[in-house]
Amino acid sequence: MNARTQVLLWVAQRATAAVLALCIVVHLVTMVYAMRNGLTAAEILGRTRGNTAWFAFYLIFVAAAAVHAPLGMRTILAETLAWRGRTLDCAVLVLGCALAVWGARAAWAVFG
Amino acid sequence: MRSNDFRARSHPAYWAFIVHRLSGLLLALFLPFHFWALGQALNGAASLDAFLHWTEQPFVKFAETGLVLLLAAHLTGGVRLLMLEFLAWRDWQKTLLALSAGISLAVGLAFALNVV
Repeated sequence: MNARTQVLLWVAQRATAAVLALCIVVHLVTMVYAMRNGLTAAEILGRTRGNTAWFAFYLIFVAAAAVHAPLGMRTILAETLAWRGRTLDCAVLVLGCALAVWGARAAWAVFG
Repeated sequence: MRSNDFRARSHPAYWAFIVHRLSGLLLALFLPFHFWALGQALNGAASLDAFLHWTEQPFVKFAETGLVLLLAAHLTGGVRLLMLEFLAWRDWQKTLLALSAGISLAVGLAFALNVV
């Protein structure tokens, strides 16, 4: 992988970290608040279904996580197992795409 | 192990690195399960309720609290790294480490004890 791509991946990791920092604070606060009196599916879905703003928020959250997590895994796999090169890049790309699709599906299930 | 390795590994920043790496790894492994669980809502409220009922077990509650702690630790550790890289606050490293640990613990306890 050339230096320019390495720099782009580094920037992507930091930029998504900044987005995730905001998203996680919102996620933690709403989660702790929502779980005060226990959870039922009807209670959750009654609040969330059809909420476009929260759906958009969680799509951004998922997109950032789908970039950030595979890049972190790439570093760990390269440093721990000395796995490098095209096979690692392909594996990480597949992981990122899978997380994006699964995450978008989960957001749709709750907010769609 | 060389003496330099030992000194490096006894430094708080090394343990911050280990916590950040381990929490990131565990969170990345957890994400697919989290998405699968939320996806249960596609099969209707009853399916999601069955899953939520399963999560009432003590060991799942314990694991949930651990996950919240991991998320808070990765968040605060990540913010610390961003500050070190972009804000040149290097003299404040230990303060940031202590803040990271304290905030993570507070969030984990807030979740575990339902104090909010």
